[in-house]
Amino acid sequence: MTINQVQDKIIEDFSVFEDWIDKYNLLIDMGRDLPLIDPKHKTKDYLIEGCQSKVWLYPEFNGHNVTFTADSDAIITRGIVALLIRVLSDRTPDEIIASELYFIDRIGLRQNLSPTRSNGLLSMVRQIKLYAMAYKAKTKQL
Amino acid sequence: MKTISEIRADFPVLSRQVYGRPLVYLDNGATTQKPRCVIDAVNNVYTTYNSNIHRGVHALSDIASEEYENAREKVRSFINAAKKEEIIFTPGTTGSINSIAFSFGERYIRPGDEIIISHLEHHANIVPWQMMCERKGARLRIIPIDDTGEIIFDEYLKLLSEKTKLVSVTQVSNALGTVLPVREIIDTAHSGNIPVLIDGAQGVQHGTADVASMDCDFYVFSGHKIYGPTGIGIIYGKEKWLTELPPYQGGGDMVDTVTFEKTTYNELPFKFEAGTMNFAGAIGLGSALDYVLSIGRENIESMEKELLRYATERLSGIRGLRVYGTSGRKIAIISFLLSNIHQYDTGLILDKMGIAVRTGTHCAQPVMSRYGIEGTVRASLCFYNTMEEIDMLGTGIEKVISMFEK
Repeated sequence: MTINQVQDKIIEDFSVFEDWIDKYNLLIDMGRDLPLIDPKHKTKDYLIEGCQSKVWLYPEFNGHNVTFTADSDAIITRGIVALLIRVLSDRTPDEIIASELYFIDRIGLRQNLSPTRSNGLLSMVRQIKLYAMAYKAKTKQL
Repeated sequence: MKTISEIRADFPVLSRQVYGRPLVYLDNGATTQKPRCVIDAVNNVYTTYNSNIHRGVHALSDIASEEYENAREKVRSFINAAKKEEIIFTPGTTGSINSIAFSFGERYIRPGDEIIISHLEHHANIVPWQMMCERKGARLRIIPIDDTGEIIFDEYLKLLSEKTKLVSVTQVSNALGTVLPVREIIDTAHSGNIPVLIDGAQGVQHGTADVASMDCDFYVFSGHKIYGPTGIGIIYGKEKWLTELPPYQGGGDMVDTVTFEKTTYNELPFKFEAGTMNFAGAIGLGSALDYVLSIGRENIESMEKELLRYATERLSGIRGLRVYGTSGRKIAIISFLLSNIHQYDTGLILDKMGIAVRTGTHCAQPVMSRYGIEGTVRASLCFYNTMEEIDMLGTGIEKVISMFEK
């Protein structure tokens, strides 16, 4: 599936629920599927700044695709990271850099997931794209 | 006396909804809502007599200047200061403390001197002193707290020495709600001729703030936490200190004569009010103080005491809820955590139910470190809150637990 196909799938998953509590429960459930970061990488180096809760994000690059593992100490934040990883993990650096994320606005949790709510969403996306750019630059050098 | 529904009707924001539910506003420690009279007072400045103060010869400037000075008199009377000249308008508590820290440091602090603060301080009563200490080679000493969130008075006594040049402590902890024994702190410091600054940001709106009976040397607070507008605050300073201290900022209105060789400063309080002041904010603050007096400070105190009693009882009954700050002397703040649930998760779900609380460190990271936690959920109540709202908070918290405890 392309990045946008995954985004559309997420929007569809959330559209089943009318009530915000059900939407949150879904988000919490999705947090359980998060590919967890190896505890040894839960260090300051992989901590994302700008979140009220802690988020660790660890990138790996196999020369073609970038994959991410992560964790957070808050459950809702873990759900948000899980969604981002579902969309952006195991993609080429170019795909990640070119991606435009629209699912956040369309799953009905916008008020709570907007960047101003200090949930660190913006910082997470920025960090994912920065890793992608770094790997892209690295492949060019090789 | 007004009924609770009459009081609530005075505050337009309280009747609104969020996410289709009635707003339960429990973030009064961060900022309070404004009664109609304050909104009208500020509105009235801009619609009928807006004009710069202390400058014009014209009619509107006269009215604005007079209203601004009336507001100063209202503040003086409210905190029972001896003279109007001892009341300085600032942008807020943070501005007030920065200003005093700078001026006091310039005038009195030498390398090796010490300033005492407590472990309960808001960052606004830590960082300005750290900056000043760094500049002057002075040292910051900290009064420790016990597990209930009270300062350990014996440790305070041990910190006082001939090196101590100032004690700066909060009247009430913003993170835990603890009321500090400021009278005893001041008396003890004064016995060694050490001046004391009291940070009244969380104290002035809950009960009495009488600078004459406290005998503090400086008292600071913000307008927006006592039902007034944002961007206005107060320094009260005893005349002796304000006369001796150099001004923090230079500019218009604070001067007497200016030549390129030398400037002489205006008299008090104008020496500390450089540039165009937030006169609309000051006038709004005056109106807020009138409002508080119309409700009655004793009434506010007893209503809030009852709210604290009920909230403590209601929330303590919730399984897995731990309250931080359990002193017997507290204002109506409940800082808590639910076991195994992050404060951010709790705050987000409560918000969706229309309940506004604050989560995080509350600009008091050392307090959080003291308890080995990264933050709390803080419900801060004031006299316009109701028992029903506390019940809604309780039900909300129970809902949070059921959502995350799966």
